Amino acid sequence: MSDLLTKSRARNVFYGGSIFFVAVFAALTVQSHRHITQKATAGMPLTDEVRLGKHVWERHSCINCHTLHGEGAYFAPELGNVMTRWGVADDPQGAYEILDGWMQAQPSGIEGRRQMPHFEITDEEMRALSEFLRWADQTDTQNWPPNDAG
Amino acid sequence: MKYQSQKVAYAYFLVAMALFGIQVAGGLLAGWIYVSPNTLSEILPFNVIRMIHTNALIVWLLLGFFGAAYYLVPEESEREIFSVKLAYLQLAILVIGTLGAVISYLVGIHGGREFLEQPLWVKFGILVAAVIFLANVSLTFLAGRKTAITNILMTGLWLLCLLWVFAFINPDNLSLDKMYWWFVVHLWVEATWELVMAAILGFLMLKLTGVDREVIEKWLYVIVATALFSGILGTGHHFYWIGTPGYWQWIGSVFSTFEVVPFFAMMSFAFVMVWKGRRNHPNKAALLWSLGSSTVAFFGAGVWGFLHTLHGVNFYTHGTQITAAHGHLAFYGAYVALNLAMFTYAMPHLRGRDPYNQVLNMASFWLMTGGMAFMTFTLTFAGTIQTHMQRIVGDYYMDVQDQLGLFYLMRFGSGVAVVLGALLFIYSMLVVRREVVKPGPLAAPGE
Repeated sequence: MSDLLTKSRARNVFYGGSIFFVAVFAALTVQSHRHITQKATAGMPLTDEVRLGKHVWERHSCINCHTLHGEGAYFAPELGNVMTRWGVADDPQGAYEILDGWMQAQPSGIEGRRQMPHFEITDEEMRALSEFLRWADQTDTQNWPPNDAG
Repeated sequence: MKYQSQKVAYAYFLVAMALFGIQVAGGLLAGWIYVSPNTLSEILPFNVIRMIHTNALIVWLLLGFFGAAYYLVPEESEREIFSVKLAYLQLAILVIGTLGAVISYLVGIHGGREFLEQPLWVKFGILVAAVIFLANVSLTFLAGRKTAITNILMTGLWLLCLLWVFAFINPDNLSLDKMYWWFVVHLWVEATWELVMAAILGFLMLKLTGVDREVIEKWLYVIVATALFSGILGTGHHFYWIGTPGYWQWIGSVFSTFEVVPFFAMMSFAFVMVWKGRRNHPNKAALLWSLGSSTVAFFGAGVWGFLHTLHGVNFYTHGTQITAAHGHLAFYGAYVALNLAMFTYAMPHLRGRDPYNQVLNMASFWLMTGGMAFMTFTLTFAGTIQTHMQRIVGDYYMDVQDQLGLFYLMRFGSGVAVVLGALLFIYSMLVVRREVVKPGPLAAPGE
């Protein structure tokens, strides 16, 4: 074993093998990029409103309490399928109204209950945020999550 | 300390330990909010506290790596660091950037990609600091003796700095955003950081055990080969449910299963080297942290990672407290404990005295490790119940969370132990002046 596996052989296997795996990974990344733009997220156009909604989502760092497609913090509910859960995945006006109603009511101030902060969001931004969440909801996530509870 | 410029590491380690304190304090506060949710809710919301907790962790680990590089590259290359001034300039940029980030988080200015919330100017500051760092250590490395330890360390550091570029790439398409986000997050902690870890561990083994360099370096290459061969395509285990193609479920499951191998190898490597080694190094605390790091990394990253990495399991556990359990133990074992091992080893040299205050330092190891293990168990139980109630039965998120209160209370208790351990560690590094505990007199035979 120690004759066959010298230090220089081990080094060459490390560098050569790593380059090989990087190449495979790069090729699969290109294919996945195409899959995402052409198939998985093609269910709804990526409009300026959806883009604005993503900025609103980011500016308030929603990800540090909620999960989105299962990624984020685990302090608050999953939002990748929240529009499905609310039954408004295909209803822009209904989505906006229910989201606006929910967020205006925060924080609840109920003792012993996790508190969502109050965010200063304009009407336009609130519509954009609800469109962004609808857009995320239509993504083909290989049928995850297992149920509407998220 | 053989080279004067190694002293730079001292400043890096001091700042790292200060941030370590901030990190665990933030964690404790976040843990308390799980128990008592109204705490500070209107002044300092949970998302900002969590941001400080995770960002402080990442920055102090990186500062520890940079410090470790400035400590070990001169010794391995057998020459002084190219420029001490540049090293301090790099540290100053990072300190200003970190303070700037924390202040802007507190006033509500931040990005919205998890772990990459730093304002753009801070991200550029980090980029500049990374370029200074790479230039400084590379010029030192190229001019001096090249060893496998520095080869691997440099490869890891170069790649992790290059991957930082993806922190600036934020596509409007959420699924693309997520895919490239993992290029920083996964390819840091499950690929390039493992190279840094292996190099530092190799250096510590070389110094602490006295085993022949040829043997150590050969096995280092084997370990890092298994790390990258499994870790690069292992990224696939994050590509199951974010809009990426279905074939990642098989690629991710197979390759991330192999991600256990480098951690098992590092643990075996550390123990075998200690058994083989004939050197009786006085710094027993550094040895304890080195062995502890590789062992806890195997359990936290290896075993707890494998626990939920197969796509059939992950379909149910994804985004539950199972992930939190794994994340805490993996980071603690692989990167926190390894950094603390390096601090423990280097501090006596940097401060110019014998290894000191071993007992307190070792007590802090058991306090922190015990606390982290208990935290992992409580979160694993909480996550198991959550997975069943929410993902299988279909109960709503908050209804399930209301059932998990006892686990969150126990998690807070374990967090207290970790914070006490961290404070004890810092105290033992900086304040205590007494040297090695001397063995008592041998009992005379026949008495």
